[in-house]
Parts: sequence; C-alpha cells; structure tokens
Amino acid sequence: MSTFDEAPVSWQEPQKDAPPARRNWSELIIETLIRLAGISAVVIITLIFLFLLKEGAPAFMQVPITNLLSTRWYPIEDMFGLIPLLVGSLLVTIGAVAIAVPLGLTTAVYLGEFAPPWQREILKPVIEVLAAIPSIVLGFLGWVALAPLIQGAGAPTGLTAFTGAIILAYMSLPTIISITEDALYAVPREYRDGALALGATQWQTIWRVTLPAARSGIVIAVMLGVGRAIGETMAVMLVTGNAANIPQFGLGAFFQPVRTMTATIAAEMGEVAQGSVHYSVLFAIGIVLFLITFLVNSLATRFIGGSARRRGGQI
Amino acid sequence: MENKIEVRNFNFYYGDFQALIDLNVPIRANQITALIGPSGCGKSTFLRGLNRMNDTIRSARAEGEVLLDGKNIYDPDVDVVDLRQRVGMVFQRPNPFPQSIYNNVAFGPRVLGMNKTNDLDQIVTESLQGAALWDEVKDRLDQPALELNPGQQQRMCIARTIAVRPEVILMDEPCSALDPVATLHVEDLMRRLSEKYTIVIVTHNMQQAARASDWTGFFWLGRLVEFNETTELFTNPHESLTESYITGRQG
Ligand SMILES: Nc1ncnc2c1ncn2[C@@H]1O[C@H](COP(=O)(O)OP(=O)(O)OP(=O)(O)O)[C@@H](O)[C@H]1O
Ligand SMILES: [Mg+2]
Repeated sequence: MSTFDEAPVSWQEPQKDAPPARRNWSELIIETLIRLAGISAVVIITLIFLFLLKEGAPAFMQVPITNLLSTRWYPIEDMFGLIPLLVGSLLVTIGAVAIAVPLGLTTAVYLGEFAPPWQREILKPVIEVLAAIPSIVLGFLGWVALAPLIQGAGAPTGLTAFTGAIILAYMSLPTIISITEDALYAVPREYRDGALALGATQWQTIWRVTLPAARSGIVIAVMLGVGRAIGETMAVMLVTGNAANIPQFGLGAFFQPVRTMTATIAAEMGEVAQGSVHYSVLFAIGIVLFLITFLVNSLATRFIGGSARRRGGQI
Repeated sequence: MENKIEVRNFNFYYGDFQALIDLNVPIRANQITALIGPSGCGKSTFLRGLNRMNDTIRSARAEGEVLLDGKNIYDPDVDVVDLRQRVGMVFQRPNPFPQSIYNNVAFGPRVLGMNKTNDLDQIVTESLQGAALWDEVKDRLDQPALELNPGQQQRMCIARTIAVRPEVILMDEPCSALDPVATLHVEDLMRRLSEKYTIVIVTHNMQQAARASDWTGFFWLGRLVEFNETTELFTNPHESLTESYITGRQG
C-alpha cells in the first residue's frame, strides 16, 4: 500500500530537479530496453526454428516421403518411419491427459468447494511438494514400483505407454490442481450465492456456474500441465519400454511398449554423425514436435479468446 | 390478514457473536415489507435467515422458528433447495452469471429439470415481461447479460428469480447500485409483483421504504424496535428510537 501512497511524490521530484530533457532520456532508455527484451524473445524463437529447419530440412530432401511415413523406424538400415514415434507420443500424451485432467479437476473442485479449512491446509502444501519432485525421480519410481504392478496385472511387460502416461499425469497434476483451484477461487461469491438462491444444489452450482466462469483459467491450467508432460523426456524413456513399434489397435495399445519422439531424439542424438541422414531426421522430428506444440497452443489461445468474448470481455 | 411468514423467537449467531436477538416478525402475504435500520444492525442477516442462505457460512447458527405457511423452515426434514425455490432472493449488487441473458433467466427452470425449448422460451419471455425488461432485450437474448446496464441487470436478476415461480421474494438493498431512474423502475416493478408475490425488502433509503412498502420494521443492534404499517410508522412512530432515526435520516 505504502508504495502506492508514495508514488506521486517520487514522480514529481525528478520533474522539479531535473530538466525535462533528462527525464525524456531515461524514459527513452527504459522504453528501448523493454522493447529490446520483447523483440529478443521473438528473435530467439525465430532463430531456434530456423536452426531446426536448417538441420532438419535435408531429411525431407534426402529421405523419400514414403520412407518417412512408413511404419518402421530402423535407422541402421535407413528406415526412418516416423509413424511409430508419433503414435508412441500420442498414446502417452493422450493417456496422460485422460488421467490427469479428470483427476486434477475433481481434486481442485474438492479442495476449492468442499474441503473444510483444515484439510485444505494439509492438502495444498502436499500437492505443492509433489510439484517439486524432480521428474527423473518419478520416472525411477515408475520403473521400480509401477512397472511391476502393471506387469502383475497381466500386461506382457510393465514398461508400456500406460506406465508412461501415469507418470506424466502425476507430473502435470500439481500444476493442473493449483492453477484450477486459483481459477475457482477467483470466481466471485455472488455467482455461487445467485445460483444457490435460485434453488440450485451445490453440485449444480459448481457444474453450471462456477466451472464455466472459471473456464479460461482451467484451460490454462490444463495447457501448462500438459505442456510439462509433452516435453518430458527422460522419465518417459525409462518407463515406456523404448520399442519403436506401432502397437496393435484398440485399448490394448496402451499396454504395449512404445517410444516417444522426445525419447528417440535423446537416445540417438549422441550416437549419430553430425550431418548424416540420421542426424537430420532427428532434427526433423524436432520440427514435427515444434509444430504440434505450436498448434496446440494456438488452439488453446483461440478457445480462451473466444470464450472471453462470449462472456462480455470478462475473464 | 394472512401471514405468509411468521418469525418466532428467532436468534442468530456468528460464532460467539449474537447478530439477531429474539425477533418476532410477521410477514404479510402479498404485501411489501420493508426493513430499515443503521448499518450492521442485522437486516441482511435476518433476510438471509428467511431462505437459509446463511447455511453457507460455517460458523453461523440459528435458533427459534421461521414458519413459512405454518411450517418451520429450520426443521430437519426441510429441503433447503426446495425452500430456496419457494423463497427467492435478489442481491444488493446485480449478479448476472457470465452467460447470455436467456441462459441466465432459464437457469432456475433448467435446474428444476425443465429442458423443453418451447417451455423454456415461454417462461423466459414471461419472466422478462414480468420484470419489465422484455422490450429492451427481446432482440438480444443471446448476448452476454454483463453487457446490460446496472439497472437492466438488476431487473434481469428479478426476472431470473421469478422464473422459478417463487412465493416470496427477498430483496437486499436492490437499488443501492442503481441511479434514480432505474430505482423508480424497480419500485414500480415491486408494486406490480406484490399482486402475486410476498416481498421483503431491505433498504437504507427512508423515502423508498415510505413510498414503496406496506409494512415497515425498524432494526437496531440486532433487535426489532418497531414494526407497523408503513404510514403509521413514518407519521406516528411509537418508539423514540424510531422517531430519531427516521427524522435524522430524512432531515
Ligand atoms: N459472515 C459473518 N461473520 C461474522 N459476522 C458477520 C458476518 N456477516 C455479518 N456479520 C456481523 O453481523 C452483524 C449484522 O450484519 P448484517 O450484514 O446483517 O447487517 P446489515 O444490517 O445488513 O448492515 P448493512 O446495512 O451494512 O448491510 C454485523 O455486526 C456484522 O459485522
Ligand atoms: Mg446488509
């Protein structure tokens, strides 16, 4: 508070002491710095993408597209089918989202709307600690604890897409829960009172008023949580079995080993000769990842923007 | 004259603090009852006690009886959700949901399980007409309710409340966020609504209580000091406390 109270005083002082020209100078410098910072972010992202393109583009020229779109990834024999890796990443990510989103949202709703204060005081810090666990530790846990369980449940091996999905889900849960809870907390009490006073049950109030009102915050929560999951590499590499196969169709697909795009890059980058075809294919995978992330982000931004407009500009 | 609500020996506590002390208040059917009194004297607490909105406050506790058509609403077998459909509430600050006008008004009926488009259309139309808002919004029902001006928002909240066909409407300073023209609109509306509904209104505005209500109760530090017909209370107050309050506020 006090800084706000003092602010007008400190604004006036330079005007009195310093000639206007000097004030303009400092203003100009600050403005330039801010602008540079903004531009540099854009420039760096562009440079990264150009670098990816430069290193990855040869792949698209040297490897026939039919090879890239084939179903076999076997670089030693120059077979660069990206489909198994794409399917692997998709399975793990979809699985993670399918687990993390319902679990995260219900936990946040419980914490924000139902839990008595003493439970919140215990649960919130515990969830924040979960966020502080290094991802490789979670991966390790998955490997020694979760994988045997899944194998015990009847899967041919414990290292499967499902194992990876569970680990990733737990990695993104703290983000999803705390941001969703913040979004729920920000929903004005008047909305809830209004719904209750119309004879809505507590559940109807949450479902029809509170959650929709918090929608943009919830989308951001899911995006950030899933964002953490998509980029994750090492933990996933540990627990998904690292087999570049396309699993058989159906639900069973989740219970077979897969290999993700990120894991492929991490595992093979150390062994390839710089400039080789294999090398540029790995960069091509990077381009594909980049495009996917970009697409998901733009969709989410559009979704948030659209819903904000529908609600009369209120976020 | 018939009492729609009969409050008997009502005490209300926030934790250790007693906000309402031994209240006995009759609320007449199809009449407008105004509650006046200085800030913090418990008017809102009393009003929220009539549809158990206070249940949402953890430390709160009620004692005594509030008889709605002879049945105590604090009895354990009373369903609050049911009760709040019968006793609706309009809040001090207009609180439209961040949804379209149509969805706001249709909210209550939908919650009650009505989902046929025809029925909903009809009830939305009737409710907006009932709240004297229909002509202003009939061409933009699908637009966000937050784009309406405050006076329109408050009338929309009234429409939303009457869409569930309540028996009693509670209004907590419904005009305090409105300009004088919008205030007169809402007062007119209350007068017409009182033909069908029993209305209880909290107000800080003596003129509003005097012109818009049939009965007035004067609250002071959690007690009901005086309750009488509005004209009687304002022209011939029996308690000196009432007299000094209303003359002080008017003069
Ligand atoms: N949630 C609460 N917890 C504890 N005390 C409360 C709570 N709400 C109100 N009170 C207290 O109860 C008393 C009555 O409050 P209430 O809001 O009913 O007064 P009011 O007559 O409506 O006042 P106003 O004219 O300012 O709206 C006040 O002393 C207030 O501080
Ligand atoms: Mg009040």
